[in-house]
Amino acid sequence: MDRFIDDLPPMDLMRSEKMMFVQLIIPVESAQRAVSYLGELGLLQFRDLWLRYERCRFQVKEQDFVVAFNYIHYDVFPLLQLNSDKSPFQRTFVNQVKRCGEMSRKLRFFKEQINKAGLQSSVHPVSGPDLDLEELEIQLAEHEHELIETNSNSEKLRQTYNELLEFKMVLQKAGGFLVSSNGHAVAEETELSENVYSMNDYADTASLLEQDIRAGPSNQSGLRFISGIICKSKVLRFERMLFRATRGNMLFNQAPADEEIMDPVTAEMVEKTIFVVFFSGEQARTKILKICEAFGANCYPVSEDLTKQRQIIREVLSRLSELEATLDAGIRHRNKALTSIGFHLTKWMNMVRREKAVYDTLNMLNFDVTKKCLVGEGWCPIFAKAQIQEVLQRATFDSNSQVGTIFHVMDSMESPPTYFRTNRFTNAFQEIVDAYGVARYQEANPAVYAVITFPFLFAVMFGDWGHGICLLLGALVLIAQERKLSNQMNLGIILSYFDARFFGSSLDIRYQFVPQLIFLNSLFGYLSLLIIIKWCTGSQADLYHILLLLLATVAVPWMLFPKPFILRKLHTERFQGRTYGILGTSEMDLEVEPDSARQHHEDFNFSEIFVHQMIHSIEFVLGAVSNTASYLRLWALSLAHSELSTVFYEKVLLLAWGYDNLVIRLVGLAVFAFATAFILLMMETLSAFLHALRLHWVEFQNKFYHGDGYKFRPFSFALINDEED
Amino acid sequence: MYGFEAMTFNIHGGYLEAIVRGYRAGLLTAADYNNLCQCETLDDIKMHLSATEYGPYLQNEPSPLHTTTIVEKCTLKLVDEYKHMLCQATEPLSTFLEYITYGHMIDNVVLIVTGTLHERDVQELLEKCHPLGMFDSIATLAVAQNMRELYRLVLVDTPLAPYFSECITSEDLDDMNIEIMRNTLYKAYLEDFYKFCQKLGGATAEIMSDLLAFEADRRAVNITINSIGTELTRDDRRKLYSNFGLLYPYGHEELAVCEDIDQVRGVMEKYPPYQSIFSKLSYGESQMLDKAFYEEEVKRLCLAFEQQFHYGVFFAYMRLREQEIRNLMWISECVAQNQKSRVHDSVVFIF
Repeated sequence: MDRFIDDLPPMDLMRSEKMMFVQLIIPVESAQRAVSYLGELGLLQFRDLWLRYERCRFQVKEQDFVVAFNYIHYDVFPLLQLNSDKSPFQRTFVNQVKRCGEMSRKLRFFKEQINKAGLQSSVHPVSGPDLDLEELEIQLAEHEHELIETNSNSEKLRQTYNELLEFKMVLQKAGGFLVSSNGHAVAEETELSENVYSMNDYADTASLLEQDIRAGPSNQSGLRFISGIICKSKVLRFERMLFRATRGNMLFNQAPADEEIMDPVTAEMVEKTIFVVFFSGEQARTKILKICEAFGANCYPVSEDLTKQRQIIREVLSRLSELEATLDAGIRHRNKALTSIGFHLTKWMNMVRREKAVYDTLNMLNFDVTKKCLVGEGWCPIFAKAQIQEVLQRATFDSNSQVGTIFHVMDSMESPPTYFRTNRFTNAFQEIVDAYGVARYQEANPAVYAVITFPFLFAVMFGDWGHGICLLLGALVLIAQERKLSNQMNLGIILSYFDARFFGSSLDIRYQFVPQLIFLNSLFGYLSLLIIIKWCTGSQADLYHILLLLLATVAVPWMLFPKPFILRKLHTERFQGRTYGILGTSEMDLEVEPDSARQHHEDFNFSEIFVHQMIHSIEFVLGAVSNTASYLRLWALSLAHSELSTVFYEKVLLLAWGYDNLVIRLVGLAVFAFATAFILLMMETLSAFLHALRLHWVEFQNKFYHGDGYKFRPFSFALINDEED
Repeated sequence: MYGFEAMTFNIHGGYLEAIVRGYRAGLLTAADYNNLCQCETLDDIKMHLSATEYGPYLQNEPSPLHTTTIVEKCTLKLVDEYKHMLCQATEPLSTFLEYITYGHMIDNVVLIVTGTLHERDVQELLEKCHPLGMFDSIATLAVAQNMRELYRLVLVDTPLAPYFSECITSEDLDDMNIEIMRNTLYKAYLEDFYKFCQKLGGATAEIMSDLLAFEADRRAVNITINSIGTELTRDDRRKLYSNFGLLYPYGHEELAVCEDIDQVRGVMEKYPPYQSIFSKLSYGESQMLDKAFYEEEVKRLCLAFEQQFHYGVFFAYMRLREQEIRNLMWISECVAQNQKSRVHDSVVFIF
């Protein structure tokens, strides 16, 4: 059987790629190029060497120290990672990282400006001359300077323009107050005495004013006015404050402005209101001016003389049109500059992002003793060795370096990262498995099976051809796999067999795997068999019943007892062995270590192991029952689905069709379509997916899958771009 | 209903408590401070902060930076968080959250009034105000000439109005008056807040009364020390102490007659919780008192997070963040002025 398994063709997805721990010694002059080439290749995961590693002295055995002095490299020993000793800003290439950060800030600024101006930055970067970082930095600084200058200029212009616009509006409206009240007064002089002085009524207010004004020129009677413009949202509070400050000795007139005014800072349109305040006295004047200032109200003088007013309005209008032309020209100029930046923006952003990533990676490297080389360490898959070496050579050649990069493989006690080469199809299933836990290095990968079983279980639960076709037109692929696999659950245990074999533990196989398999198959395998036989013949085979039950009964103590006793025996042997030679012990340790975490304890506790095994046995027996019950959801969900669809079809569609009324038929059709789309397709898809997920994560993977590895994250520009997008 | 908060608290407060505990997890740690203290320039500080929750707030700031920019942006983050919580809060939590800002409001009022007195530009003053203590008509404070006007024109619309009952005089504003006004307002505010928390009851009352009592006692000590050698009479001084706290009432009597720092020390050492603070200081020293008090406060604020189902965590979080911003300001100032040896003088580690 062993040979048979060894002879099986290799499955790429079954085991993660074999990794190796490598050290790079790169001359400083070619370091930047080498790392950026490696980023393009994307197959090397660098390790941060600035994190200080300390030896865990108590775990290192005596003879290891001898080795340690001969081969001084800290990675030979179990390491303890301590707080980083150096802060990020003390690393070697920190200035370059800062420069990149500053450049990407500028680029963000450009992007924001482009968006604000309503322009589109081109998605497809144009091919321009290739710049290096220094040139780009200078260019960006120039562009930023230019942009800021144009912005501040146009802001100033906008400010002046706003002031003039406000002045114009104040002149028109406030002048209107004064004029209308004058004309009004002449015509209806007699009504004046009968006026009730109410603040709310515009006509009354107006006549009140006119009375005051008519009483004589403002300066003589001490009645003055201030006119201006204020944000609409502040008017109420403004009026109240004026009222309080002058103790009610004032008159407040307001009229909404015709046009909205653009705030130069936020570029938002603001609604404004024009006001005229009448008051008397010098003290009130200072107070009101202060309040105006506090509320951000702009005051503009309005002449009472009509001819003068008209003249001013004319002047203002002419200046406004001049300014408008200037402003437009400014905006055109600015947009032109922004468009030209927009052409290159994406390219520049990519470039800066890449450069920053390169320097971040270089910061993980460390100087060697001579300060002429950078030392880097990391993981790469074994198949990539040639490619990496080729890339490093190219980097050396391209940067005219005298010395080549040294690339060699090292030992590491650390567990390597897990790397599966997936394609577009298998990746989805790999992600489902990774969401539960990343496989331990070289552990059997459930994704291999999930590729088939996941769609299968999903289909069993969704279980409806019609809806299936609606759901995914491409579902033919899945439906083709809709063949009945007789026994799902065995697979998990068989996988645990492969695992155990792989990690070299025959103990687990003989006393755990075999009884488990027998137990499971004698009870539930039989069930499946029964189902198949029943399908075929409809007869029953009573003879096997008793035999299989017996086998299952035997399997339970088989599972429970032998393993702990054998472990004890092994331990005693090992203990004796230690007295003869330390070296032998350590070898043995290494050999046995991966098989079970318990053996890390130096003192061997039999009762503990026994209890553990007992728990394991009970867990397995109970788990077998409950997991089988769990698989009932396959049946339950498919039943629910078919029943629901029947209900909707019969009770809605057929019922509605029974009537000879078009409206009822249409309504019935609509309800049916709605129910089909949202309940049968969307909700059922979700629930079937969820249950398929559960069956994989809980019922399938708990039988063998550790899922405590960590993912291989190579330094790769492609990945960085993906993340940013 | 003490002890029964667990049954109903989460209906309205659970989400926000989770939020505030999440915010708290973002406070800078000792390792962060350690790194920050090693910075050589303000850009280094920015770079370090970009790896923390302050990152998005600082990333678009062009170099060279100024200390004020850093502080401003960090405060902006606090304000954003506060506003988010206030939006989500229901009564009585929203009132509780509003109470937290009244202290800043008082400070802002005092800042504007003092500034106007010294003829500073109002816009410039407004920029210096704490954004949490802003209210609509704050700019109009500049119009007022005396306390009565201050009240009648502006403050009557703000939540501070009731606190003003004790300081409405027609006296012209001067530095001394303003300082007395600040302390009177603060006293009234603390007492009101204290009463409000008592009304809420339960764990909130218990924890908040502890925290507020500490605040009141600290203010009492500060008032005493600052008023030594001024023309403030004993009775006036006595009137500025809040009417609760560990020192109330006997400690207040004794503090009111203190004439130098060592007498204050004598009074405070009678109270066991404050013994540890004063035992850190040598005789006649008052420079490090602030830091000692801050350290004690931070310790107490952190403890508020140990218990669940109460509003004290919101108060504690706001205070801790403010302390953090003070720390950042101090570190940035030290770095900017090349005084790195003094960094540890005023930084209070939170964790």
